Amino acid sequence: MTEAPRTGPSSKPRLPRGVRLKHDETRGEWLLLAPERVVKTDAIAVAILQRCDGIATFEAIVDDLAATFSADRARVESDVRALLEELAAKRMVDL
Amino acid sequence: MTAMGKAIPAPVGLLAELTHRCPLRCPYCSNPLELDRRADELDAAAWKDVFSQAAALGVLHAHLSGGEPAARRDLVEIVAHCAKVGLYTNLITSGIGLTGALVNELAEAGLDHAQLSIQDSEPESADRIAGYAGAFARKQAVAAWIAQAGLPLTVNAVIHRANVTRAGKMVELAVALGARRVEVAHTQYYGWGMVNRAVLMPSLAQAEAAIAEVETLRKVYAGVIVIDHVIPDYHARYPKACMGGWAKRGLNVTPSGKALPCHAAETIPGLAFWNVRDRSLEDIWMNSPAFNAFRGTDWMREPCRSCERKEIDYGGCRCQALALAGDAREADPVCHLSPHHDKVAGVAAAINACESLGQDGSGGEPDYVYRGMKLFEPAQ
Repeated sequence: MTEAPRTGPSSKPRLPRGVRLKHDETRGEWLLLAPERVVKTDAIAVAILQRCDGIATFEAIVDDLAATFSADRARVESDVRALLEELAAKRMVDL
Repeated sequence: MTAMGKAIPAPVGLLAELTHRCPLRCPYCSNPLELDRRADELDAAAWKDVFSQAAALGVLHAHLSGGEPAARRDLVEIVAHCAKVGLYTNLITSGIGLTGALVNELAEAGLDHAQLSIQDSEPESADRIAGYAGAFARKQAVAAWIAQAGLPLTVNAVIHRANVTRAGKMVELAVALGARRVEVAHTQYYGWGMVNRAVLMPSLAQAEAAIAEVETLRKVYAGVIVIDHVIPDYHARYPKACMGGWAKRGLNVTPSGKALPCHAAETIPGLAFWNVRDRSLEDIWMNSPAFNAFRGTDWMREPCRSCERKEIDYGGCRCQALALAGDAREADPVCHLSPHHDKVAGVAAAINACESLGQDGSGGEPDYVYRGMKLFEPAQ
């Protein structure tokens, strides 16, 4: 059995080639595009995914989001982890 | 807006059959029996205009298909244009006709994703199904070139009687080829698939064993490969939501420019298909009689009209209703509520009976009618 992908503090999440975050002018919303998949993304998901550049660590992304949105760090961390692990299981994010 | 005043959502995907030419001759090919000629194909400028219009209309995914799209010498130019207008560009290929250099050029031109077909996990059987010696070996090389170019890969495996016992092996092959995603699709019986239905359809027991095997692998390979599983509808209780609803999510454009709600739509008599040479894509999407013929639910008869699932499966497949019930307005006979369901059940039962007699297709070579131009060329 393969373990489900997990994030660690030093993970550097990124959108792999073939997965794109796009603002769709026709529908007026942000979409995550992948092979045969279109995933609607809310403002929080967009803020997270825009920081997944393969350079910033998981920890740094959480710090940045908590500071930017003056939000509780533990809550932010749990939201970011949940989103990234869900997308990683669909191979839409590399951790 | 339709006559009913409901807004028509923008299409999500455009499947562009750039050419019907293909070196492979797979007996389940989704192309029509009457293939478009090279001389009738849209040129690169026409395709580029179609993709510009598609992007403006709200299309997100451009699927470059065929035939074999690599049979076109202007493929890189077309891909570059799709990327330029912001389309997510997917190449659906047999791999035959690609070279390492061409794959690199396509990647540099902005291709987002490649989808490579495999016919079987056993080389000899794979080449027999494809009707092309050496196809299996060539595809291994193509998968490696795609990986080297940094392109994400989906492997596409069509399941039928000759490979149904190796569905799991084909998933494992996809993993070994470096795919992030695999489509395991049981054969759909349209066009060439319908011609070959008697030699392609597995028994219910074979299909169920293959489905269970693949579902088990879904857990084994979680996070490694995404498995998209299209299960056979002849053995199902309810029909598939064909195309996600007629003229609801996507459209096809044929090599000669005809816009279709689905690849088999031309089999339905009485539908007039507009051509991208004559009309804008938006005009076709909104106003073409063929697109509006089965849009929404107003066209439905019973048992669909009063069915609580009518917004779930949209009455199933119009082409299958035509092929099996004799009228595209009927419920898809796959549905157990269809008055014509006995026809589907009869076909499936006949196949199951063959298997019980030991004719399970695992022994001798299947007698396919291979896809090709020759059948329909006028006599000299």
